[in-house]
Parts: sequence; C-alpha cells; structure tokens
Amino acid sequence: MKTSSLFQAFSAVIKRDLVLAYRHRAELINPLAFFVMVITLFPLALGAEIALLKRIAPAIIWVAALLASLMSIENLFRADYDDGSLELMVMTPHSLSILVLAKVTAHWLLSSVPLLFIAPLMGLMLHMDSDVIGVLLLTLLLGMPVLSLIGGIAVALTLGLRKGGALMAVLVLPLYVPILIFASSAVDAAMSGFPVSGHLSMMCAILFLAITLTPLPTAAALKMSLS
Amino acid sequence: MFMRFIYKFSSPPYFYAISGKIIPWLTALFFLLLGYGLYGGLVTAPADYQQGDSFRIIYVHVPAAWMSMFIYVVMAISGGIGLVWRIKLAEIVSISSASIGASFTFLALVTGSLWGKPMWGAWWVWDARLTSELVLLFLYLGVIGLYNGIEDKRTASRAVAILALVGVVNIPIIHYSVEWWNTLHQGATVSKLDKPSMHIDMLIPLLVMALAFKVYYAIALLLRCRNELLEREPNGKWIDELLEKVK
Repeated sequence: MKTSSLFQAFSAVIKRDLVLAYRHRAELINPLAFFVMVITLFPLALGAEIALLKRIAPAIIWVAALLASLMSIENLFRADYDDGSLELMVMTPHSLSILVLAKVTAHWLLSSVPLLFIAPLMGLMLHMDSDVIGVLLLTLLLGMPVLSLIGGIAVALTLGLRKGGALMAVLVLPLYVPILIFASSAVDAAMSGFPVSGHLSMMCAILFLAITLTPLPTAAALKMSLS
Repeated sequence: MFMRFIYKFSSPPYFYAISGKIIPWLTALFFLLLGYGLYGGLVTAPADYQQGDSFRIIYVHVPAAWMSMFIYVVMAISGGIGLVWRIKLAEIVSISSASIGASFTFLALVTGSLWGKPMWGAWWVWDARLTSELVLLFLYLGVIGLYNGIEDKRTASRAVAILALVGVVNIPIIHYSVEWWNTLHQGATVSKLDKPSMHIDMLIPLLVMALAFKVYYAIALLLRCRNELLEREPNGKWIDELLEKVK
C-alpha cells in the first residue's frame, strides 16, 4: 500500500474541508452575519455620537470577531465526529496533531478570512481613521488564528457532551484574554500615534507559540473524547 | 524504589488508612498556626503608618491569593502525573484541588475588594492583579464545569488534566499581558527576600498565616480525596473491609 506524505495528508484534510464548506455555501454566511449584527447593536445601544464610536470601534470590532470565532469554532469537529471520519483520522499513520492543525487552518480560511474583508467596512461605519483600520486588520490577521487554535482545544474537550456550548465559552474565553489585550492595545497605540511594532511582535510570538503547542493538547483531547 | 513507594502510597486502601491518621495531627497544627498567626497579625503587629489598621486584612488576603495560584499549579502537576502514569490518586488530587482553589481565589477577590474600598476608594478597579485573579477564577470554574459535564469520571479527570495543563502554560502569558495592560496594585511586598519592604513584626504573622492556609489546604484536600475515593468505588473490596471493622 502506498502511504501519503505528511504534507499530502495535511493538504488533503484542508481540501476536503474546503470542498465540504463549498457544498454548504449558505452556512458560511452565518458567522459574517453574526459579526455584522453584533457590531450594529453597539451604536444602537450607545447612541450615534461620532467621537464615542470612533474611540471604542476597535474594541467593538475585536469583541465581535472573538464572539463570531467562538460561535463558528463549535462546529470544528462536530460533523467529523458524527459521521465517524474523525475516528478514521485518528487511525491514519499520520500524527493527529498535524491533521488537527489542518482542520484549524481550514476553519480559519473559512470563518476568519472573510471577516478580514468585512472588518474595514465596519471600521469605516464606526468612523475609524484609515491608517488605524490598517493596524486593526493586521491585529485581526495575527490574532484570529490564535483564537481558532485555542478554541480547538476546548472543542475537542467538550466533543462528547450534549450541551457543550455554554461550557465551551467558559473554557475558552479566559484563554482569549492575552490576545484581546495585545490586539486592542496595538490599535489604541495606533490611534494615539504611537509605534505599534512592539504589540504586533508580541502577537506574532503568541501566534507561533500557539501553532506549535496547541495542536498537541487538541489531539490528546480528541483521542480522549473518542475513547 | 521511589516509584514503588509512590504506587504503594497511591493505592486507595493504603491512602485511605494513612490519611485518616494524618488528618487529626494536621488539624491540630492548623489551629496552632492559625491562632498564632491571627494573634500576631491582629494584635501584636503595629498598625501601618499609612493604611492604619485596615492593612490587617493582608493576613487573609495575601495567603489566599498565594494559595489560589499554588493550588492551580498543584492541580496541573497532579493532573499531568495522572495523564502519564494513570495513577488514580493523582487524578483525584487534581480534581479535588479545583474547588478548593476556586474558593481561595474567591476569598482573595472578596478580601481584596474589601481592602480596596478604604484604600483606593472603590470596591473594584480594573487593575492587573485583580483582573488576572478574576481570570484565574474563570479558569477554575471552567475546570469544575468540564469535570461535572462529563459522565465518565475517569475520562473527565483526563479532560480536566489537559485543560489544567493548557491553563498553566497560559497563566504567565495572561498574567504579563494583564500586567502591561494596567496596574494600580502595590508591588510585591514580600517576595523580595533579602530586604522585604515590610516590618518584621508584620511579616512573621503573615508567613505563619500562609503556612496555616497551606495546612488547611492539605486537610481539605485529604478529606475531599477520601470522599471522592469512596464515591468512585462504592463496591470496592477494601471499603467492605472497612465497614466490617466499623461494625
């Protein structure tokens, strides 16, 4: 029997998830719609004062992105768990953590990358300056993958549970704190005209740390949930 | 040799018997330390030149805050041991620590808030240490929620161990990110070992109180572990033998 290389397995998983998502195109809209609607609620609740909105726009966008990511990541392993393909992945000769990384990458491509295209529009609607929007996009680009990676651990841990949803939020939100802090302080620094490279470097460091480390507990938790 | 001792100690009947003998001694030690610490802290220690008598809450607040972090680490380490060597007792120590740790975290937050009102003029400020303590409480709640959510308790223990290990890697990151974010809290007073910025008469009761809290944790942990052992193996042979003896 011819065995595939690790990279082939990695790209096969990504390709499969992308094809599956393409067949259910309508579901891709949900996280985006959620993101836009959460942002819309804020001006409605706070009033449409431009200075105020401009001041808190990055925080609103980041919190909305975080919630959208939390909402969509719940389904990361759900379908594969239900139809049994997750068990097949565990049984392949490849390291499960690499396959997990592929699943998370596919999730990031499907749920976070579209947000990157809508976020500038939302920023404009909240009266952000264009250079600040640039920094905001950079932080989203660096930060959203970390959210998916960390979220993956919690999804894997709560996979076998019937009502995992609320529990997942409790598990994951405390772990999201650092990335939210660095992202919003980077955007804050940009708004007051300070250099942002320090914050962005920290976010890069967290991203690489997360790519390296988080697949391991996720894979361990998946094996545990399946046993 | 060492591993053999570990395996022997961690067998449920042996642990149950030994812990039953240790607990009364620990309780006596706890009341001794608590009595001395409280007397030293509340009566003999001089009032603070700036904060007056209200600084005395430090004798509960600081040990509780120390314990909240210490217990999380204990939980993660014993959880890791349980994952690697499948020692049932380590899993039980891990999960039994969670609710004790959550209580200490809550205590630290409440006393901190009571202390903050006269000192900073507010019950709660979004300060680095307070916030990271609050996040720690959320981490504990997640652990407890996950354990209760999973039916099979062996699986639940492994899930909790993974989560605790993830948390323990994250805590320094959370701590420093929050530290940079905002700080108002006074700097560490005691950790500077060579020259603590605290009078020795104030310091000694504080350390005694910290020790008393540690002993209290040990007592609570042993009691919870014994309870958990009985609950997990209601039909164990050694339990039947114990019951025979009681009759």
